[in-house]
Amino acid sequence: MSDFRVLPRIDEDNEFFWTSGREGVLRFLGCDQCGYLIHPPAPVCPRCWSREVSPHPVSGRATLYSFTVNHQNWAPGAEEPYVIGMVVPVEQDDVRLTTNVIGIEPEAVSIGMELEVVFEDRDPVFLPLFRPVGER
Amino acid sequence: MSRAELLEHRAVISGIGQSAVGRRLNRSGIDLTVDSALEAIADAGLEVADIDGIATYPGAGGGPGGFAGPGTPEVQDAMRLRLNWHTGGIEGPAQMAAVINAAMAVATGLARHVLCYRTVTEASAQGGGGRGGIGAGVPQMGGTLQWSIPFKAYSAACWLAMNAQRHFHEFGTTREQLGAIPVNQRANAAINPKAVYRDPMSLEDYLAARIITTPFGLYDCDAPVDGSTAIIVSSADYAPDAPRPAARFEAVGTALRGRPSWDQFDDLTTMSARDAAASMWERTDLTPADVDIAELYDGFSFLTLCWLEALGFCGRGEGGPFVEGGRRIALDGDLPLNTHGGQLSAGRLHGFGHIHEAVLQLRGEAGARQVAGDPELAAVANGGGPIAGCMLLSRWR
Ligand SMILES: [Zn+2]
Repeated sequence: MSDFRVLPRIDEDNEFFWTSGREGVLRFLGCDQCGYLIHPPAPVCPRCWSREVSPHPVSGRATLYSFTVNHQNWAPGAEEPYVIGMVVPVEQDDVRLTTNVIGIEPEAVSIGMELEVVFEDRDPVFLPLFRPVGER
Repeated sequence: MSRAELLEHRAVISGIGQSAVGRRLNRSGIDLTVDSALEAIADAGLEVADIDGIATYPGAGGGPGGFAGPGTPEVQDAMRLRLNWHTGGIEGPAQMAAVINAAMAVATGLARHVLCYRTVTEASAQGGGGRGGIGAGVPQMGGTLQWSIPFKAYSAACWLAMNAQRHFHEFGTTREQLGAIPVNQRANAAINPKAVYRDPMSLEDYLAARIITTPFGLYDCDAPVDGSTAIIVSSADYAPDAPRPAARFEAVGTALRGRPSWDQFDDLTTMSARDAAASMWERTDLTPADVDIAELYDGFSFLTLCWLEALGFCGRGEGGPFVEGGRRIALDGDLPLNTHGGQLSAGRLHGFGHIHEAVLQLRGEAGARQVAGDPELAAVANGGGPIAGCMLLSRWR
């Protein structure tokens, strides 16, 4: 049983990102010319200035760049403590995702850990959370 | 461009004012603002009718309860100001954007005497409860906050804690080191009659406080208050006529060269303080060694650590050892820091409290907490994370 979350508001720019997990795949917007991942989504590639951009599937593997174990009750329904993490996908080291690290005791979390995406079903939103590689 | 032509040299701070400051004053934002404005105008030796410009951060509306304060139309109308220039807004080099904009308006001749203010009633708005989460009450979140709030990162505390954790990881910074900042500021607040938290606090007290979000404990977070601070920015040619010594803008720092984002900024351990500070030093021949006092934003203790490094008082990553033990940053240390107690202990006056304190210290009017030796140059910084602004203020001679 998962606890309460404020969910993202779906719009034309972010729909692919927040619903991609229905297929079990993480996607970032990417440049169709040079392959650069553009996050958060924007209608131009900041590397080659191409306007040809579309969702690009990635492996879902990531490295933990930083994290915090939150103990404070900021909102009703949250179950503290929980781990907020910032992860870097293995495909590109200048993209970060703020997320939750799950499937591990908060005391065991460390920067540099290898993680993989797991989606939390909040249909139609599928939230990309991350757990240690190989956890079930 | 010759340095003599810097726009900021054509403007000065001619007056300062501040309302009562308290945990729950139960007075309206406009009421507190009129208090601070009238005090600042009188302090500058001016009449209300002399004010021909107004600037504030962030302007009316927006933000959680008590954050915004009154907009400029409300203040203009209450005081029947006849304005040649007016602005208010949240986008810019942090809270002091209002003051920097005012200096630009004065430098370009759009206005002669600008009333700048920042007013908060966050303590009253929060009532007896704690600080609520950003977006905690909304059904769905759009905009940039969609990338953090769905993951229960409800507060800047959570976002910035990850920056601090990265700093700890890269440089070996410790809670004991970080704690030197709040402990020093509590000691300063103890001799500031307007500070909201004045009871003694030791490093042991700091470490024993409850954890908010690692590595931040309760005393790493600032204290919401009610209060208003006003700053009068005037044309430099008025400085000789001002009844109190004016403060001169030696240089301002406004740059934002990294991505404007909490999680996408290239170096989490510096964030935008790095850019603002670099752009400030590019505008002056002064160096960090010339600075006598530092009033550096402390919405969280870690932001002050970032500013110490960004401004070059120590090297990148060396903030922990620099503040450790607190001697260097004490009132009688090499670099007296947040001499009024800062937002951690004096109260969250949101950047303008730091400017106000710098001017008091440069004038020699800071009472029991006055830094000895006639400080002549103050570094003042606002913000942190993805928005930052800073300035060097000197005593008019
Ligand atoms: Zn491209």
